[in-house]
Amino acid sequence: MQPSVSIQNLKLDFGSVSVLRDLNLDIGQGEFLVLLGSSGCGKSTLLNCIAGLLEPTEGSIHIKGQNVTWAEPSDRGIGMVFQSYALYPQMTVEGNLTFGLKNAKMPKDEIARRVARAAEVLQIEPLLKRQPAALSGGQRQRVAIGRALVRDVDVFLFDEPLSNLDAKLRADLRVEIKRLHQTLENTMIYVTHDQVEAMTLADRIAIMKGGVVMQLDTPSVIYNKPANKYVADFIGSPSMNFFDTRLANPQSPKVVIAGKDVSLSGYEFTRPGFSGDVWFGIRPEHIVTGEAADAAPTQFEVRAELVEPMGAETLVWSSLAGTSLRFRVDGQMPVADGDLIRVGFDPARASIFDKAEELRV
Amino acid sequence: MADVTANMQRPSPAHASGPKPRRAFSRNNIVIYGILVVLAVYYLLPFYVMLMTSLKGLPEIRMGSIFAPPMEITFEPWVKAWSTVCTGLNCDGLSRGFWNSIKITVPSVFFSIAVASVNGYALSMWRFKGANVFFTILIIGAFIPYQVMIYPIVILLREIGLYGDLGGLVLVHTIFGMPILTLLFRNYFSSVPEELFKAARVDGARFWTIYLKIMLPMAVPIFVVAVILQTTAIWNDFLFGVIFTRPDNYPMTVQLNNIVNSVTGVKEYNVNMAATLLSGVVPLTIYFLSGKLFVRGIAAGAVKG
Amino acid sequence: MSQSGKPTGLFKNLSAKIAAVPMVLTALVVFVGCSVWTIVYSFTNSRLLPSTKWVGLDQYERLWGTRRWLISIENLAIYGILMLILALVLGFLLAALIDQKIRFEDGFRTIFLYPYALSFIVTGLVWQWLLNPEFGIQHAVRSLGFETFTFDPLYNTNTVLYGVLIAGLWHTSGLVMCLMLAGLRGIDEDVWKATKIDGIPAWKTYLLVVIPMMRPVFITTLVLITSAIIKLYDLVIAQTGGGPGLASEVPAKFVFDMMFVSQNLAQGFAASSMMLVAVIVVIIPWAYLEFGGKKHG
Repeated sequence: MQPSVSIQNLKLDFGSVSVLRDLNLDIGQGEFLVLLGSSGCGKSTLLNCIAGLLEPTEGSIHIKGQNVTWAEPSDRGIGMVFQSYALYPQMTVEGNLTFGLKNAKMPKDEIARRVARAAEVLQIEPLLKRQPAALSGGQRQRVAIGRALVRDVDVFLFDEPLSNLDAKLRADLRVEIKRLHQTLENTMIYVTHDQVEAMTLADRIAIMKGGVVMQLDTPSVIYNKPANKYVADFIGSPSMNFFDTRLANPQSPKVVIAGKDVSLSGYEFTRPGFSGDVWFGIRPEHIVTGEAADAAPTQFEVRAELVEPMGAETLVWSSLAGTSLRFRVDGQMPVADGDLIRVGFDPARASIFDKAEELRV
Repeated sequence: MADVTANMQRPSPAHASGPKPRRAFSRNNIVIYGILVVLAVYYLLPFYVMLMTSLKGLPEIRMGSIFAPPMEITFEPWVKAWSTVCTGLNCDGLSRGFWNSIKITVPSVFFSIAVASVNGYALSMWRFKGANVFFTILIIGAFIPYQVMIYPIVILLREIGLYGDLGGLVLVHTIFGMPILTLLFRNYFSSVPEELFKAARVDGARFWTIYLKIMLPMAVPIFVVAVILQTTAIWNDFLFGVIFTRPDNYPMTVQLNNIVNSVTGVKEYNVNMAATLLSGVVPLTIYFLSGKLFVRGIAAGAVKG
Repeated sequence: MSQSGKPTGLFKNLSAKIAAVPMVLTALVVFVGCSVWTIVYSFTNSRLLPSTKWVGLDQYERLWGTRRWLISIENLAIYGILMLILALVLGFLLAALIDQKIRFEDGFRTIFLYPYALSFIVTGLVWQWLLNPEFGIQHAVRSLGFETFTFDPLYNTNTVLYGVLIAGLWHTSGLVMCLMLAGLRGIDEDVWKATKIDGIPAWKTYLLVVIPMMRPVFITTLVLITSAIIKLYDLVIAQTGGGPGLASEVPAKFVFDMMFVSQNLAQGFAASSMMLVAVIVVIIPWAYLEFGGKKHG
């Protein structure tokens, strides 16, 4: 099937700085793709290129099979929602919704029909005659989504749309965007630096760094099988614990941590037969304590150095084999600084990266 | 610039950064208000004297003190200054200069702001190659003494047949207003969120639509500031007026100077002061009506970047 | 207009370029073109009309041998230095006083700034009247009984410049106050709290902490006043006409008279080129401080 949005060999340089390097990305019809990365990774730049707000240095962008690399933003069949809402302050909500349609010289009854539909979907009918200044943050963002909606386009672009909202509203609107996607079934490309948004919304996530896609996959694969150390470190909070060790092969692969052999018989190798210096990574939430630790294939005794109670659970900082080790324990379990705790994990859930290229082995 | 003006407009009690709050009649307070009042007298005195002198008859001026209020108020100097005082061959008073100044100021303000606002908008939102080079030249140009450029401009205007014409003067004002106004508008439009501009482009608006439908309505306050700035500057201009117009078209400032500093005839100080006040009426009215916007205008014009 | 080719060259961003045409013309034709023209013709012997007969540096030699030009330069130097110092001091004083959480702040500010709304012509004429020895301040004080009181700066070749200075200061110091006030209000209030905790007296705080922090404001103000001073013309025309004698002549007036009165164009061109040099001397260090430093920082 033809992809909805196809990006080929896209390059963008600002002077001598390359912001996007030879990027290739195919986004399927109706797919929800999240571009995730820290600031400066090029995710917003990429979105702006797709929207036609930035001109690439090289490469091409196709939307629904048409080459739109140099087309005007309004001719690309896209709608866009911005972080700062970007509502026209001197126009009413209705004026905001209809501005683009009027520019396109659309007949009045068609405009009215579309506005009515968008207002209904987003439940903003009572706000139509108001000025943006009289709206709350959440209402403004709904109107901004409505502005994309009335354009009746196949591709929605979201540029960190929830970053300006407070935590609770953000969660509400996140659900609403997901619902909207289920209803409309159009392609959505969503830029964010928030991994929770990415994990909850995405069909696929593209994690970007320095203008390059580090990994493109479903949230589950990204979380469980990060392709490289950067992705492993970036996803998850608190981030993954890494041990500097050596993977010895051939017959029964194992690593040594704090003097103990850790057998990797249960680990699913991407590159079977690899041996050499590696980072052995294990997520804090995959470290168990108490009885579960006794049952785990690998066990250690560690001393709690710092305890951060967070209510439902407690985050414990300790160290193992000269590396800091973070893990979570149940919020009800009494832990104090200096306590000795028995921890364990299943090496099958670990992620191992070679030290030279930091790629998954 | 934004910071500066924001600070100026903040109603102060919560913020004024003076050393410490003090009681009403402390020694410090007396000193502060004392100095302020003395200085206020220095600033107010000329206005007071102008007004008093303009309301006296000539004999009273010769006899009394310039600080004394008139014993007998007369408006004759004002009437004479406005409608019958002579400059050169014309004896129809300052009213001629007044209307000339209106004819010069209105189109000059309009064109200079129209050109500069579009230019500032283009510079801040539609950056194109080389734009910054020209903008830099423009800003540096604001510091070049007019005297350096004035003669070639006379030649250029003569070539295109606008020398001595009001149109020529309007053109000159538009040119020399451009640096400061472009800077003013460029800074303003740069502070408009870029996403708004992007949203408009996604909505299919192009250069002029975005300017007219989105930016212009948003920028009303800055347009007011620009109008204040330009009206005052152009109304008060003397040099361009004297060089680029013929005596028939002299603006008020030039005519005023000719009236007061003419060497012929009896010096009518009361008429002179009435005339002086008359030519200050327009900028003073703007000043008192616009208040903080005027301050914002000069702060914007002065504190660059 | 869904073209598939990359828009290139001139037609890219065309509307913006059209909108910038007036700027480009102004920058190139007027600011660069006309300045260069004047400089070039200052090396000719143009008199009534521009001529292309090359005379090298003759005009400049003549200029610096002209008494009136030398007086103009000297006057401008004296006026300029005094004006800079006094305007900064007075402006800062006004701003600091107004910043003391006083009552009627707006009223005082309005009073100090209104002269700036008036033209130099009006300023010159009203101070000419006030300083008129027969009727003005001198007369008023004498009639109070001080028969020998003398205050006639405009009629004395040694003091006429100070008469102009009083008027210039009256006109400009309000603007300086405004800029300084903005600078003062821009200083973080915590600075005042910190110095209070450290027990530093207010005057010392101003001198050692606040003024150094306001360096950018001072520099901007300095540049603004200086470029205004170099252009000084209208005020002198209205107040003294350059007299008595040549005692209050200034370069801008010299240029004007050479070009439009004495029909000695090339002298005017040479003189105005010298004014340009003076401005450049002021602007370049400033531009370097203001913009040059930032690129590295």
